[in-house]
Amino acid sequence: MIKRPEGFSATEYILFGAVTIVVMVACVCLGSVNIPLGNTFKVIWQAVRGLSVPDELSPAVILYVRLPRVFCVALAGAGLSVCGAAMQGLLRNPLADGSTLGVSAGASLGAVTAIAFGLTIPGLPFSGTVIFAVIFAFLALVVILTLAYRLDYSLTTNTIILIGVIFNMFAGSITSLLITFAHEKVKTITFWSMGSFAGSSYKNALIVLIAFAICGTVIFSYARELNSFAIGEENARHVGVNVKRVKLLILIAVSVLIGVSVSISGTIGFVGLVVPHMTRMISGPNHKRLLSASAFSGAVFLMIADLVARVILRPLELPIGVVTSFVGSIVFVYIFYTSRKAK
Amino acid sequence: MLRVIDLSVKFGSAQIVKRVSFELEEQQWLMLVGPNGAGKSTLINAISRGVPYTGSVLLHGRNISGMKPQELARHMGVLAQSHNVAYSFSVEEVVKLGRYAYSGGVFSSPPAEDDRMVDEALEMTGMTSPRGHSVLTLSGGELQRTFLAQIFAQDPQLLILDEPANYLDLLYQKQVFDLIREWVKKPGRAVVSVVHDLSLAKAYGTNAVLMHRGRIISSGSVGEVLSKANLRVAYDMDIYEWMNKMLSQWQ
Repeated sequence: MIKRPEGFSATEYILFGAVTIVVMVACVCLGSVNIPLGNTFKVIWQAVRGLSVPDELSPAVILYVRLPRVFCVALAGAGLSVCGAAMQGLLRNPLADGSTLGVSAGASLGAVTAIAFGLTIPGLPFSGTVIFAVIFAFLALVVILTLAYRLDYSLTTNTIILIGVIFNMFAGSITSLLITFAHEKVKTITFWSMGSFAGSSYKNALIVLIAFAICGTVIFSYARELNSFAIGEENARHVGVNVKRVKLLILIAVSVLIGVSVSISGTIGFVGLVVPHMTRMISGPNHKRLLSASAFSGAVFLMIADLVARVILRPLELPIGVVTSFVGSIVFVYIFYTSRKAK
Repeated sequence: MLRVIDLSVKFGSAQIVKRVSFELEEQQWLMLVGPNGAGKSTLINAISRGVPYTGSVLLHGRNISGMKPQELARHMGVLAQSHNVAYSFSVEEVVKLGRYAYSGGVFSSPPAEDDRMVDEALEMTGMTSPRGHSVLTLSGGELQRTFLAQIFAQDPQLLILDEPANYLDLLYQKQVFDLIREWVKKPGRAVVSVVHDLSLAKAYGTNAVLMHRGRIISSGSVGEVLSKANLRVAYDMDIYEWMNKMLSQWQ
């Protein structure tokens, strides 16, 4: 018997927020060098008040390395996870996600193109990677869905995976081709493509925050429509959803958010697949609950994955994509196996 | 109430529905019958704007092509032939989506009668007690009744039903068909349904349209349309003889 309220209560939101902040603080304190909690708070408090901080409290590490990094990780985790939840609802397929569909590979190709050719937007030197990642992510999504719908209108799991594999290989081959001719930028591209938040700045965090605020608002405002899509696109049309408009707007929002996240951190696989799936087991499939729960759990999941990547081989740092893909691939097999078994 | 004028549907070079026209008045239940591949489901898909078509579909004199999706859903409720659910929504959550057509913007609160309409729809279809069950755990018949409840919650004037007897055992077939017959008795309401069981068509329909290879062979009252001669043309067999033979098994 399922009796779930439509959304979360204020108390539940406070609880989610508290857990997120606790993990955030832990991620700032822990790393190659552990910093005591008291010192961390002291540094942040002094910085907020605009006062100078003694060097022995490691202000540079806290304020300019870990804090912006943790903000970026949390926002990217929330964004990727919300995108995954939205795509899984929209396409009525629990295996749909930026990485399985190939959208992340498309975004990655865009970002690598921008890095390899040094493409920038005049006046906004950092924005070339972001803009190209977003455009390529959207184009990738359009190509993938057009191909998938032509092959199989009901978008079954097998079709989604087949198209995703093909597109990932296609985008990967072009990316490799670009890297071959990238000469001195090979190292930058290679490390970036493995996925890492090292070198994240407040500017990066601000870009992801703006993207999340705009695209997240679009996606959250269509929670009810996503419920109807999750039951079936035909059913969505029958109950009165403007199917074409809603689908287009959600796909644009998802592409922008994935594109921005990929441009900041590189490809981080499986976050959008694993987190919404695990969250759905607790919150249920209603997107009024699922989307917000996925945002919080995505932020927490990616912050923990980043922490593991930083400390497990201390002082060496693993690319975060290694951690998420390791966990993600196991969960992917589990989902695929159970969904096939259910048939 | 409903006028379909010269409606044609083409998929690539194949013409699936060819210049079909018929009318339906309120309180009538039109049975769309014909052999497999006759174009019945495609025709009702076109009437509900599910596939591109040429020709016109007028509802209360208004062309449905000019209606916004929510407005169309307030006028027309559609029951699909099959339901392939992927997530564990509860029965109540699925039925509540029927009220989408009456919802405002993101920040507007749901209309007051939503809960009442959902309760009534669940009651009508006998789904009150499993309202909290996951749709993934339902039998085919329960799932069919859940989506029928969604349409009743939608409160349209015209019901478009593609094989409403699908997955229903004989008891529920009778209950659902009796229910729809009661529903359509109210002024301002009408039903179009695709039915394969000609006995059901004859017992419950007021009108019928018999299709064959995308065209209408006959339309009018059920008695006229389901004549021995018409059925022989459509099905290429003696349906009356077959039906009587089947019935004799019970005597």
